[in-house]
Amino acid sequence: MGAMAVNAARRAQGWTTAVLRQVTSFALSLVFTFIGLTAVTFFIGRLTKIDPVLAVVGDKASKEVYDNAYIALGLDRPLIVQYGLYLKRVLTGDLGISVLTSQPVITDLLRVFPATFELATIAIVIGVLVGVPAGVLAGARKGRLPDHIVRVGGLFGYSVPVFWLGLVGLFVFYGKLGWVSGTGRLDVFYEDIVTPRTGIILLDSALEGEWDIFWNAFSHLILPAAILGYYSLAYIARMTRSFMIDQLAQEYVITARVKGRSFWGAVWLHAFPNIMVPLITVIGLSYASLLEGAVLTETVFAWPGLGLYITRALFNSDMNAVMGGTILIGAVFITINLFCDFLYRIFDPRLKSA
Amino acid sequence: MSESLLTVRNLSVTYPGRTGMTHALRNASFELGRERLGIVGESGSGKSTMGRAILGLIPRPGIVSADQLDFAGRSLLANTDRDWQSLRGRRISMIMQDPKYSLNPVKRIGDQIAETCRLHLGSTRKDAESRALAMLEAVQIRNPDTVFTLYPHQLSGGMGQRVMIAMMLVAEPDLLIADEPTSALDVTVQNEVLRILDRLVSERGMGLLFISHNLTVVSSFCDRVLIMYGGRILEQCAAADLARAQHPYTRALMAATPSLDHPKAELATLVRDPSWLE
Amino acid sequence: MSVSLTQWLMDDRPTSRRQAVLGNLYRGLRAIIANPAALTGLVIVSLLILVALFAPLLAQGISPIDQDLARRLSPPSADHLLGTDELGRDIYARTLYGARVTLTIVFLVSIIVAPIGLAVGTIAGYLGGWVDRILMRITDVFLAFPRLVLALAFAAALGPGIENAVIAISLTAWPPYARMARAETIAIARSDFIQVVVLQGASTFRILFRHIVPLCMSSVIVRLTLDMAGIILTAAGLGFLGLGAQPPTPEWGAMVSAGREVILDQWWVATIPGIAIFIVSLGFNLLGDGLRDVFDPKAER
Repeated sequence: MGAMAVNAARRAQGWTTAVLRQVTSFALSLVFTFIGLTAVTFFIGRLTKIDPVLAVVGDKASKEVYDNAYIALGLDRPLIVQYGLYLKRVLTGDLGISVLTSQPVITDLLRVFPATFELATIAIVIGVLVGVPAGVLAGARKGRLPDHIVRVGGLFGYSVPVFWLGLVGLFVFYGKLGWVSGTGRLDVFYEDIVTPRTGIILLDSALEGEWDIFWNAFSHLILPAAILGYYSLAYIARMTRSFMIDQLAQEYVITARVKGRSFWGAVWLHAFPNIMVPLITVIGLSYASLLEGAVLTETVFAWPGLGLYITRALFNSDMNAVMGGTILIGAVFITINLFCDFLYRIFDPRLKSA
Repeated sequence: MSESLLTVRNLSVTYPGRTGMTHALRNASFELGRERLGIVGESGSGKSTMGRAILGLIPRPGIVSADQLDFAGRSLLANTDRDWQSLRGRRISMIMQDPKYSLNPVKRIGDQIAETCRLHLGSTRKDAESRALAMLEAVQIRNPDTVFTLYPHQLSGGMGQRVMIAMMLVAEPDLLIADEPTSALDVTVQNEVLRILDRLVSERGMGLLFISHNLTVVSSFCDRVLIMYGGRILEQCAAADLARAQHPYTRALMAATPSLDHPKAELATLVRDPSWLE
Repeated sequence: MSVSLTQWLMDDRPTSRRQAVLGNLYRGLRAIIANPAALTGLVIVSLLILVALFAPLLAQGISPIDQDLARRLSPPSADHLLGTDELGRDIYARTLYGARVTLTIVFLVSIIVAPIGLAVGTIAGYLGGWVDRILMRITDVFLAFPRLVLALAFAAALGPGIENAVIAISLTAWPPYARMARAETIAIARSDFIQVVVLQGASTFRILFRHIVPLCMSSVIVRLTLDMAGIILTAAGLGFLGLGAQPPTPEWGAMVSAGREVILDQWWVATIPGIAIFIVSLGFNLLGDGLRDVFDPKAER
């Protein structure tokens, strides 16, 4: 069996080179896509009718001040040079000053990001904890009642506008039933008590042992998180179902049954491990899209995160803040997106056996 | 036939469909002792369905019916899920066609074999592992310790099928169903796998139901042969008597088999008669 | 007559191109009608079109933009079937007219996105080499973008309005079409009949647009139908944020937004247009699923 060991070694080597190739391709697409993203935001920034010079000097500036600022901003240079300058600024974290808050946009973004992160993370936890079992159940019971329930629930999720569901949720669970708290992250009299160490209120309040605040934050968080989570749940359940159906048609599932495994034993212990890789990709992708969904949800729930920051900036013609927020969401989205793709390629069984 | 291991009387499997019932198996009857029984037929003749029906693994919405389906003196017809689970793998097991698909791609070989022990023998982890290693040796895998830690895609087809045999025999069942166990393998390793199977079945005194489309292999490997066509058993005879078979279909099958001893310029084409299914 | 027409349509040896095309359409229609979910979708989408066409008739002459501040926020009644909004406008009429806005957006996005996607995809797939590599790189870049946020930034820069919303959505919606068209083109370009056309000396342009593009059309249409719901939801989202159609145009997303302040007391103002958005996207989802089953049975279910 020496030959086999050699073979195994050769395979391992082939795998390493294949992984290296994927790492390179991942890095390349990341760079490429980021350049694309900044190019598009730069282009959008040029399209706007809001004068970037006025945004800096204010509308009472003299002609001379205006012209100086015009040149200082590089607006007299060729477009490509302007883009280069823009890219350089973005890479050094200089996203300009927000007109609305008079703070550097990057400072603002770092302040509001934890709120969105907290919301999206709780939402994805709900999406995974409910969506994966629901998808497995639907796939294993294809064409029967659980499957129909999951399909109808998914279809509803694909069709209902998130901002409307948020409003109806507020109306029913806050207005009529009083089960949850209303908009915002905390009741007013709880605000500014806990020092924001992480910016994640659930964590900060737990760290200080302020359980009243913890539960208050939770009662504010649960409805928007559940609504956002429902959307990722619909997607995760649908994909899990279809992966599961593919795997349950495989012969090794019968092997497991022949060995004496129960039906659900074969489903969870044999088929399920085989869908882990594509499932992780799907979960990553829906996490990324939650950041997007947060824009609308945050507006409805007055949740002081990235989405609300961007929409507020939008109505105050604060283009630096809008573009900065877009770049941040875009960068996070792209990174998660491409990273999931990369993970999938790495763990693709065909690559392993190549 | 000293003792009857399996008694099958009028076993039928039907699938309801949009265009009416599809009869995958029609009133099959036979008996099996601790012997080797071959089942021969073309694709779609119902031979694989037979194996799965005996294991209670006909998928929904298939309907299984039989006047009698006894294994070791107990009827299988009233089995609960739990009864089936303690039976499968422990008393009856099955080897399938292609190890590329029938082994779980994300589990280590050793764990897949040990799983059978853990399910039935109440083994501890260590005990199950040593049994799995011993079984790998029994199917003539030379460095079982290495193979134990490999994943299925790292094995050749012949090795994979030996692993499959190990997995299915480790709990020492009384009856083994081998569903086309060598059809997916290279001709060169077919004989090797058959030899291993032959030895293990003899040593352990198991009953074997050998399903194949290959008349030559079946006639040399088995004691008796069932000829199937269209879900029906057309003829049963001792393997040695195949040459003197009565049924026109069996004779046609024989005539269509190439042979080095009696080379023919042209092989006969199978002629089928719908009246056989009446 | 009807029997022979059915026969003519179902003929498996059509004698003319027209017969073949009509026959295919007929078979597709029959398959959709046989599927209850898809049929529901078809009915909803047809109703949307009818409502958009006959909005003035169905509204019985009530204007969607006339204000009546004296009767603002009145609940559903005989005069105002679905109540009035914060400016006393009739919600029933506004919802009906809103179908026009939605349909316009959907239509405009389709006629922008499909040609761009088809052109990029077929050219990349047929020419291959560095053209393919560059075009697909660009496609991938756009594919990795967050759709709503980019549309938001775009609409913010261009200023709010229905045209800009359409451009913003289209900008982020075309890449999947390019990928799909490319994959199909690569498969089609290998086939013998394309080789024959090449041997006959047809120009690349002719091969692409007379032979390959028509064959990609059916999957593009299926994909468009499936995407419609997403497009409608994105458009409504932009409208909700105030970046879509501007007042007093009745746009469903903006109508929901207007009802936001009064959701706890006058629930109907935000609820009715929301239900309209939901029903229409549900219709497109159902129809899209059905079309996919009919045209592409192999695809993921």
